[in-house]
Amino acid sequence: MRKRREAVKGLMFILPSFVGVCIFWVVPYLDVIRRSFFGAVSGEFTGMRNYRTIFENQAFQLAVENTLRFFAVCIPFLILLSLMTAIFLTREKSHLQLKKSLFLLPMAIPVASVVVLWKVLFHSRGLLNHFLSLLSVREIDWMNTGASFGVLVISYLWRNLGYDVILWTAGIAGIPLSLYDAAKVDGAGEWMCFWKITLPNLMGSLFTIVVLSILNGFRVYREAYLVAGDYPQKEMYLLQHLFNNWYRDLALDKMAAAAVVTGIVIMLLIAVLGYTWTKEE
Amino acid sequence: MKKIMSVFLWLLAFLCVFPVFFMITGSLMGSTELKELLLPVMEGGSGYASWKCFPQYPTLKSYVELLIDTPGFYAMMWNTVKIAAGVLAGQMIVGIPAAWGFARFHFPFRKTLFMIYIALMMMPFQVMMLSSYLVLDRWGQIDTLEGIILPAVFSTFPVFLMYRFFVGIPEALIESARLDGGGEIMIFLKIGLPLGSPGIISATVLGFLEYWNLLEQPMAFLKSKELWPLSLFLPAVGMEQAGIAFAASVVALCPALLVFLAGQDYLEQGIISTAVKE
Repeated sequence: MRKRREAVKGLMFILPSFVGVCIFWVVPYLDVIRRSFFGAVSGEFTGMRNYRTIFENQAFQLAVENTLRFFAVCIPFLILLSLMTAIFLTREKSHLQLKKSLFLLPMAIPVASVVVLWKVLFHSRGLLNHFLSLLSVREIDWMNTGASFGVLVISYLWRNLGYDVILWTAGIAGIPLSLYDAAKVDGAGEWMCFWKITLPNLMGSLFTIVVLSILNGFRVYREAYLVAGDYPQKEMYLLQHLFNNWYRDLALDKMAAAAVVTGIVIMLLIAVLGYTWTKEE
Repeated sequence: MKKIMSVFLWLLAFLCVFPVFFMITGSLMGSTELKELLLPVMEGGSGYASWKCFPQYPTLKSYVELLIDTPGFYAMMWNTVKIAAGVLAGQMIVGIPAAWGFARFHFPFRKTLFMIYIALMMMPFQVMMLSSYLVLDRWGQIDTLEGIILPAVFSTFPVFLMYRFFVGIPEALIESARLDGGGEIMIFLKIGLPLGSPGIISATVLGFLEYWNLLEQPMAFLKSKELWPLSLFLPAVGMEQAGIAFAASVVALCPALLVFLAGQDYLEQGIISTAVKE
């Protein structure tokens, strides 16, 4: 009886939120899943046809390829750079708080505010090429060649570095100092401590940081879109552009199928993440 | 080695902050000076665009032009404020009790429901784009500010974040309050809210930075220009009006920067508690 009363009370707290979540997110997404099996115009059941259409669609293939390539390049780069930064930060304790703030600052800068800078920076006659020419490097046409991929990478690293640094420093702070003391008594050097204590103890955080970095990665579209518009250079064309363009063309059937496919991939990522979380407990 | 580390860190930190300096300097330059520096980018002349650390003749002209001669700017600023304030207020009213409910009560399917919340908070906008469109279309909310605010109110991220903080409150404290005969609502108000306040502030700070910056939703669902937030106005300003663009960038940045500076500790706590199991 007491249990049931407790359950009812708990549900009362959740109810307003849950009703809204159902109305705005859960039910419509279920509807999208249903629609992915029907034709957009005719409204008749078409089975897997929409899925076949998108997988044969060249724009879809290009977007998937670019998105995967984007993550394959950026994630390892960001993870290593932020780990290195975090380790340096914790060892060199001067101005720790100030430096952390400076690294985190890009998170607070509205995308719209950096658009002007990005345009001036990455223009073929812009600041970055000016800088490169001083180093006597050949000028790069950032917006109209494969180098546009670099614009994505730079935008992403710039915005997400601080976030990952904070996560790593939290991970490093969680390693008991007694481990290091014990190792030093046994005569282990700095490198030894790093390889045998720091790295193994951070493995738990690694996966979480990778997943969160991937999910944050979808936002790079903001910079990409504002700098290059609907149809950017081929190398810059991400899944997010594709969704946006299909939306504008009201290609609802293709969108539905693509939303389900992308949703499944993300669910898998979350499932693995959930698994590692419960394992840690 | 110590030197290298230090140089590396300061250099990286400088790169992170550089855009802010750039915008502020640019916003204080007169149009002639800007044109001199940026001509190759504006009209594609020869040579490269260049930059200075400080404006030669600092002037507030761009700000004056923006704030006095660009009436559309106020409307967009106001829209941005409405969106951010509306979403945050709604998230608090709906989200705080929900987070408390998940953290403090046992009921059937609690785990399953919470998994749904987690999954939803991690979905990128593009995956939910079509479903959002379908709901808004059915309720006639396309091209209204409510259509942007309402779905965001029921975003599940703040619930998750506050949950992480509420779970950390010792059960003994709540048990003793129950023995003293406090009702559930009293316990929530007298113990939950004060002790969970870091979580609530974290969610507000992270939420503000997110919704001040909102771009995808307004772009997809707002057709009328008079409803646009700042994030859609700025990209529309061309390079020939660089001064205004810089001034507007700085004005848009200011509130976010203030919240960032004031709420930095909470921001950090918030980031950490989404990732690290306590």
